[in-house]
Amino acid sequence: MSVLVYTENWDGKFKKVTFELVSYAQEIAKKLGTSVVALSIGNVNDEQLKALGNYGATKVLNVQDDKLKWLNNQAYTSVVAQAVAKENANVIIFAHNNSGKAIASRLSVRLKAGLATGATAVPSSFDPFTVTKKVFTSKALGNIVIKTPVRIITLLQNAFGLIESKVEVAVEAFQPEVKDSELKTVVKEVNKITGKILLTDAEIVVSGGRGMKGPENWGPIEELAALLGAGTACSRPVSDEGWRPHDEHTGQTGKVIAPNLYFACGISGAIQHLGGISGSKCIVAINKDPDAPIFEAADYGIVGDVLKVLPELIAAVKELKAQ
Amino acid sequence: MKILICISNVPDTTTKIKFVNNNTAFDIAGVQWIINPWDELALTRALEIKDAQPGIIENITVVNVGLIDSEPTIRKALAIGADAAIRINAEPKDTFFVASQIAEVVRKESFDIVICGIESSDYNGAALGGMLSEMLDLPSVSAVSHLDVVNGAVELKREIDGGQETVATQLPFIAIIQKGIAKDARIPSMRGIMTAKSKPLTAVEPIAADLLTEFVGFDLPKPKAACKKIDPDNVRELVNLLHNEAKLI
Ligand SMILES: Cc1cc2nc3c(=O)[nH]c(=O)nc-3n(C[C@H](O)[C@H](O)[C@H](O)COP(=O)(O)OP(=O)(O)OC[C@H]3O[C@@H](n4cnc5c(N)ncnc54)[C@H](O)[C@@H]3O)c2cc1C
Ligand SMILES: Nc1ncnc2c1ncn2[C@@H]1O[C@H](COP(=O)(O)O)[C@@H](O)[C@H]1O
Repeated sequence: MSVLVYTENWDGKFKKVTFELVSYAQEIAKKLGTSVVALSIGNVNDEQLKALGNYGATKVLNVQDDKLKWLNNQAYTSVVAQAVAKENANVIIFAHNNSGKAIASRLSVRLKAGLATGATAVPSSFDPFTVTKKVFTSKALGNIVIKTPVRIITLLQNAFGLIESKVEVAVEAFQPEVKDSELKTVVKEVNKITGKILLTDAEIVVSGGRGMKGPENWGPIEELAALLGAGTACSRPVSDEGWRPHDEHTGQTGKVIAPNLYFACGISGAIQHLGGISGSKCIVAINKDPDAPIFEAADYGIVGDVLKVLPELIAAVKELKAQ
Repeated sequence: MKILICISNVPDTTTKIKFVNNNTAFDIAGVQWIINPWDELALTRALEIKDAQPGIIENITVVNVGLIDSEPTIRKALAIGADAAIRINAEPKDTFFVASQIAEVVRKESFDIVICGIESSDYNGAALGGMLSEMLDLPSVSAVSHLDVVNGAVELKREIDGGQETVATQLPFIAIIQKGIAKDARIPSMRGIMTAKSKPLTAVEPIAADLLTEFVGFDLPKPKAACKKIDPDNVRELVNLLHNEAKLI
């Protein structure tokens, strides 16, 4: 038996969440008395593959196949299913992101294995196998029992964190069968946003809402983000108005993120917005309305004009960095 | 072209979440029910295409797995503009079970495009579309943020972490959509509400299917400590706290 992790890379480097998944899998494997096997699809160098051993993976299945250059839900599911069979895996871990959700759900049917999505912690019980997951867009938690012998979990990003536990890791080339009949979707074009921190990977996020008044005022948000090595985000009306690109929209209908630190600048804190950011470890709110609901979710708050506060905040951060 | 849109019946997004029966069931007292926001956008987009290119889409059907109390929500979908509706008379307790029911509908009556939302805003399964595709052995494209029909071919864009891909697919297929697909959800017109009454809403009995999971209890998150307010004339104090107290910068 084993715990299998579906890893994800970005331009040949593992995403931060991959190391979190391996850490999480290691915790489960310890409880089950088994070991962690990671599956990597794509061009990832040996050094990166070995780095999975720092978090407890004892084996890495390395798949390199031109047919798998782009995510294809059906073909990828088939590859994971073959890895599950080879490693006799009884728990399979994915990230709760677009690709993780897409493959985990198909795999659930392929293996007839129960699925718990958006898990926030390691299973609270192994018999019955009980997982705590977000429900009602993070307004509550649900305890879900998986009744099948093979179990699939998608882990909410940043919910578990990284735990180092260095082990000897073996990298093994793996060549699963890829049927043409499963390659019915084709990626024609890719538009990558380059030079920006992946919002879902960012430790710090600086986000602006309608209180920023207009796209011309985003300079300080970008400057603060650059200073802190942070990603930038926005509320839904801001992206709907075209002030900012859609991929920055956070909230119930946008991206769900859980950075360590989230700056909400001129954001009212509507329940739908909070659904996407309430998992943040620390929330800072800057809003001129002392009764804005964002202050109920925030850890630190400044009641004031964001257009005045931001430049001062930038100056103060620069001072700190200069020390 | 025939389109099937899966709609789930969920509490309004501003609902205060509470649980009853010793925290084992969601408290439905006083709850307003709506079409799951993504499903509403999917329907809106299908109607936009239908209106813009007459003759391309001959039928838009919505399907819901739910008990009789989800009918007002289904009627709303008809009032917005769907042509027909199917309700499978069962409580949607487990996503595998729900997918099995919808798969049966698609096996009986073929559709060119089946659309699901990326997740239901109640139990956040985020799995139905994928499960359905696998049951029907159909290709699926997930996180679709743009869908159009151009010269008879489907044009799709999907969101990936840090970018966007343009994807081509064979029909039939399953589109798992997210926001961006349509700007604002359509609201029913007076005429729509009137005609909805005469549109077909067929209730069918469920087939036997397994439940792979079961919710056994719920918890509300622990209340947060009160927000520490910082004087707007002393922004430096915020940086100081973030550095020394929270140790985050
Ligand atoms: C089904 C549904 C789904 C939704 N999904 C999302 C979602 O995913 N994400 C999302 O963000 N929203 C979502 N919304 C919209 C949400 O309800 C709010 O309308 C939205 O979040 C408000 O954005 P905002 O805070 O930027 O703007 P507003 O609500 O207009 O708030 C602006 C804030 O800025 C403050 N302000 C104004 N001027 C200044 C100033 N000079 N200095 C400081 N503060 C100032 C104001 O006091 C106010 O609190 C959804 C809504 C629905 C119905
Ligand atoms: N009971 C249901 N009836 C019909 N469609 C559903 C139902 N539940 C979920 N769906 C569809 O599946 C999508 C994802 O839901 P879920 O996987 O439950 O989070 C929704 O956006 C709907 O399109």
